[in-house]
Amino acid sequence: MLIELPCPIPYVPFMNHDNYPNDYIRGILNSVKTIALVGASQNPARPSWIVTKYLLERGYDVIPINPGLAGSELLGKMVYASLNDVPVPIDMVEVFRNSEAAGPVTDEVLALDPLPKVLWMQLSVRNDEAAAKAEAKGLQVVMDRCPKIEFGRLSGEISWQGVNSRMISAKKPVLSGKGFQKLSLNRP
Amino acid sequence: MSDRLPGFNTLAIHAGAAPDAATGARATPIYQTTSFVFDDVDHAASLFGLQAFGNIYSRIGNPTCAVLEERVAALEGGTAALAVASGHAAEFLTFHTLLQPGDEFIAAKKLYGGSINQFNHAYKNFGWNVVWADSDDPSSFEAAITPKTKAIFVESIANPGGVIVDLKAIAAIAKKHRIPFIVDNTMASPYLIRPFEHGADIIVHSATKFLGGHGNSVGGVIVDGGSFNFAGDDRYPMLSKPRPEYAGMVLGETFGNFGFAIACRVLGLRDLGPALSPFNAFLILNGIETLPLRMQRHSDNALAVAEHLQGHSKISWVSYPGLRSDRYHNLAKEYCPKGAGAVFTFGLKGGYEAGVKLVSNLKLFSHLANIGDTRSLVIHPASTTHRQLTDEQKTQAGAGPEVVRLSIGLEDTQDLIDDLNQALDAA
Repeated sequence: MLIELPCPIPYVPFMNHDNYPNDYIRGILNSVKTIALVGASQNPARPSWIVTKYLLERGYDVIPINPGLAGSELLGKMVYASLNDVPVPIDMVEVFRNSEAAGPVTDEVLALDPLPKVLWMQLSVRNDEAAAKAEAKGLQVVMDRCPKIEFGRLSGEISWQGVNSRMISAKKPVLSGKGFQKLSLNRP
Repeated sequence: MSDRLPGFNTLAIHAGAAPDAATGARATPIYQTTSFVFDDVDHAASLFGLQAFGNIYSRIGNPTCAVLEERVAALEGGTAALAVASGHAAEFLTFHTLLQPGDEFIAAKKLYGGSINQFNHAYKNFGWNVVWADSDDPSSFEAAITPKTKAIFVESIANPGGVIVDLKAIAAIAKKHRIPFIVDNTMASPYLIRPFEHGADIIVHSATKFLGGHGNSVGGVIVDGGSFNFAGDDRYPMLSKPRPEYAGMVLGETFGNFGFAIACRVLGLRDLGPALSPFNAFLILNGIETLPLRMQRHSDNALAVAEHLQGHSKISWVSYPGLRSDRYHNLAKEYCPKGAGAVFTFGLKGGYEAGVKLVSNLKLFSHLANIGDTRSLVIHPASTTHRQLTDEQKTQAGAGPEVVRLSIGLEDTQDLIDDLNQALDAA
């Protein structure tokens, strides 16, 4: 017997969040410039600090968000208490909080004007309800992925560490132009 | 390329090996250098702090070795791999990452003799205590588990040949007790068996054997399956505790599902040092390109030779799971339907003396202590590889006095049968 329950948010699956096409991730990482990182840390041993540093080195304008560090500088960037305090338009919000906290963060994201283009939840963070809300507003959503790992995978850098990039290519990787040990996303 | 994962033959040739970024070289270059210049001081700091991907020093990582690592990780279906100086080094770094002094691990009794020695003697110096179990009886692994058990170790096809291990049964026990399940997949190679598909968490290889395949290079590989969650697990401090060497970084958290491979590299390889030479990595990579072709011919040849020997008057038994009558035939059909590998044993009615004579009479088979060569190889384990074991251990390991082990190569089948016939006639 089927019981029909009222569904408050009609869920339209825009994207299969178990398995993202490489072109989807590459398109995001190639198009965004300003990334607000929610849950930034000043501890160099924390993954959020490492990701902030890596993305800055790859030319992204990373804006750290952490109410406890607001007003201080982190890796040369001003830290803001909340997304709402950021004085420039944000292309992508990277959520370095747990899956539950990603819900309220998403609500803050969706209240921004202009709206960011991308909502990205860090590796191990997944909130399908929040994702559906963001997608309904036209945002591209990525969950349970690390932008550093994805950049490394798509550029070929991660292969230097023996990691299975799950990519093969007969085209040579493209140096980023900033030294020999940095590759760009522009491999054909 | 679409996102569909390429097939095994394609991965064997292409995985990890894009054209060289600097020169466009299509074959993987041999980066025969100790060290790599940093782009700038900040880049150096990022590399040493594990904050950027890149190369520092060939003991820790080398671009030629990295191609081999990704190649084997892709063929096994793992998340990452680490190439090291030998199969023994692969085992050593694996256990070093998992065990503390006073810990235990459970290992199958039927193993390569060198591993039995390593576990029984060298590891005792580190306070790593092996507890033996019977891979023919998976429940013996469960019975051996104590609160100190940190790992379970088996070979998928066990040396000196002819034993197929019920990986799924042992994996279920390991999973139930949250213990990492390590499978040495040297004898099968990922062409015949892919242990991650049967519940393994970590795979080790002696790449010296079928991966390299040409008897010219010693090497080893550790593959991380990404399936065991070490983060937050106090039993594995190398992965779950802040590491003072890396400013308090927690490797199992920072590197997620390839944290084990990274820990083997940045704690094991860095500090203990058994690095693979880039030249050996190059030769092993060349070998892997033909792995699917070779493994099929190895297995087909081995089956034909085993069938012939089974009917020979001087032979009392042949232990090859490819044979219908073999006790492991059903497990072989389940785990390695394409073939049961190149290596098997048989018993001579004439015992120890007949074994010694046979080995000296053979003209095409090379008498040496290796397996997985293009050439066919023969050894009498009781007088060589398993010599240091007690008589009881020899028999338990399938290496009794009458036992001869063959590693069947890629020659014409009839030439192998003719050589065995003349040597048996004269034995």
